[in-house]
Amino acid sequence: MFDFFFQLHPVIQGTAKGLAVILVIFPFAGACSLAERKVSAWMQGRPGPNRAIVPWIAWVPFLGKFLQRLGVFHLMADGAKFLFKEEPLPGHVNKLYFVLAPVVAMMPAFTTVAVVPFGAYFDPAGRLIPLALANVDVGLLAVFAVSSLGVYSLILAGWASNSKYPFLGGVRASAQLISYELSMTLSVLPVFLWINAPGQPGTMSLVKAVEFQSGAGLHWSGVWFGFLMPLSALIFLVSLYAETNRHPFDMAESESDLVGGFHTEYGAFKWSLFFVAEYSHMIIGSGVFTLLFLGGWNPLPGLPLATVAGWLGLAGTPLLVALLSLAVFLGKIVFLLFLFMWVRWTVPRFRYDQVMKLGWQKLLPLSIANLVFYALGIAFLERG
Amino acid sequence: MAVIPLVRPTLTLLERTYLPQIASGLKTTLKHIFSPNVTLEYPEQRPAIPPGYRGVPTLVMDPNGREKCVSCQLCEFVCPPKAIRITPGEIPADAPTGHVEKAPQAFDIDMLRCIYCGLCQEVCPEEAIFLQNQYSMSGYTRAEMVNHKDRLYELGGTLPDSHHKWDKKLAAEKSGPAH
Amino acid sequence: MAQILFYLFAAFTIASAAGVVANKNAVNAAMCLLLSLVGVAGLFVQLDAYLLAFLLLLVYAGAVVALFLFIVMLLDTKSRASASFKKLPMFASLVAFGLLLAGLGTFVTRGQLESRPLHAVPALGANLKLYAYQLFTTYLLPVQVIGFLLLIAMLGVIVLSKKYDGPEDA
Repeated sequence: MFDFFFQLHPVIQGTAKGLAVILVIFPFAGACSLAERKVSAWMQGRPGPNRAIVPWIAWVPFLGKFLQRLGVFHLMADGAKFLFKEEPLPGHVNKLYFVLAPVVAMMPAFTTVAVVPFGAYFDPAGRLIPLALANVDVGLLAVFAVSSLGVYSLILAGWASNSKYPFLGGVRASAQLISYELSMTLSVLPVFLWINAPGQPGTMSLVKAVEFQSGAGLHWSGVWFGFLMPLSALIFLVSLYAETNRHPFDMAESESDLVGGFHTEYGAFKWSLFFVAEYSHMIIGSGVFTLLFLGGWNPLPGLPLATVAGWLGLAGTPLLVALLSLAVFLGKIVFLLFLFMWVRWTVPRFRYDQVMKLGWQKLLPLSIANLVFYALGIAFLERG
Repeated sequence: MAVIPLVRPTLTLLERTYLPQIASGLKTTLKHIFSPNVTLEYPEQRPAIPPGYRGVPTLVMDPNGREKCVSCQLCEFVCPPKAIRITPGEIPADAPTGHVEKAPQAFDIDMLRCIYCGLCQEVCPEEAIFLQNQYSMSGYTRAEMVNHKDRLYELGGTLPDSHHKWDKKLAAEKSGPAH
Repeated sequence: MAQILFYLFAAFTIASAAGVVANKNAVNAAMCLLLSLVGVAGLFVQLDAYLLAFLLLLVYAGAVVALFLFIVMLLDTKSRASASFKKLPMFASLVAFGLLLAGLGTFVTRGQLESRPLHAVPALGANLKLYAYQLFTTYLLPVQVIGFLLLIAMLGVIVLSKKYDGPEDA
């Protein structure tokens, strides 16, 4: 069915995949920004954006009103607004880096999508075939490496803006991102100690991590790593919040003391690019967290995809299995995105010294201790 | 200077991780998601105005449709921001309300100056000017924001009082001295 | 195809490395360094050393250059007219340049580089397990030495930056 795609020239395939990423992530990120406003509104006892509507949808009797109340059309209104707004370019900025910064923000955000597997199906032989744009063996390392380049957009934006508040935002962001990268990387190591069993080639593959959480029934192989290694999951989640510059680690923006932080001087489409990048980082981060700690595309602990597909009688149709896995995976991502927003509108922002203290004096020692604990534990298990 | 010795509570290890606190915070916000909205959707829904509200100052008529203002200009004098401007005028003697002292020829309240203090209502001997429930004034020009006499009566309406002070005075004059 | 890509990446790396040296603006130089590192990572990918490529990106491009930029921003170095060369640094750099040339010349003329065919060389950078194994066996001493070096550097920074606010004679 999809054979014609694989017969195309690799360059055309790559272009198609890149376009697919943009076409999926861009609206997804926009929907996230709308969801954020709706969730914040509901938490504060407000209805949230509920006015915009397209005339001919308003004629649909019940659905039109419902969609209007849900604020769906504000998404389109916002997009159109950002497209047609005047692009201000302040006179005192370094023009090259000022324009470059939003582009640099988008690149790692979109590149990392390629290596995150988002679903799976079974071939006739019963083997698991992951759905990913590029299924590379260094999976997680690629995500970390490329997303660590995202810090340059903040630094460049802050520096090129050539004014006080963006500069402070950029400095804070760069220090914070580098600090939390350490504990983030250390916190996932127990997972890879676990899945790199002796006698197999070493791997950093995210698919492998999911396979190790796909056991059926009441057996420890079906337990998600989130339950097996709760401390790792917690440290990873906290670092993820810090890495994506989300509340309570919203140091780069921190609008109450820095006006708008690194994007104070930005407006219109360039500003919206920063936001799309932030939300796509959140999406990727949620995806990686799901793959590592929440069992990826397995519906429930001890209830893997294969079992559920068997129950529903989908085993013979790979396409439906793939859709099922995609739905489960997306469901978990949406929940994690909701958690992002939920935390944002609950926990107040840290002070900057608290952020640094938490990162270096609490999370880093904790993640090292966690790593040592699991290293010893796994060594003991394998000996015994 | 009084020094209040502040005793900081010693936190348990669990409390120092902040996680239970964050969890309880999350529970609170989750509860709010499902609780009803507390906001009004303004143009469609209007707030209930409490009694004694001081809105836009207006002029009122008595139940017979007579304008109550006699243009004594007390409100004009008392108005702190000098928002009121009255041009007094005669009432022709053959008019049905000829027995009333005077009536304003023009009565302008500049709503860009008005501070809604209510002194005009306080000072009015005729109970002719009231700060009523209207709270939203808007216009495209400065001239539009000046309420003229007809607009003031339109906003004010009729005051259902039963004093009929001037009619009683007329009746008393006609029936001669009471003593 | 591979040949073209190699030349492309090599030229890109060298050009941006030249940019690091030639740029007077410190931020521009740091960005050139970043590009040069990306070029090197590309070369590693061509050698199938994905692990090394991504480690290079993660550590150097992701953190080290970011720290450089951080320092540059904090120090606010103005792009000055190039300072006139002093005698001693000039002499030292000439010596270093001569040493570099001599070293390169030795490699080229004496043929001391192992030139086994490519498939016979163990691809240490490609396999995670092999890489880690080599790091903890064959190359244990260099790893330890570098670790100590970093420790010394860190201690030095702590000693230099720590302010002792106790009494002087304590």
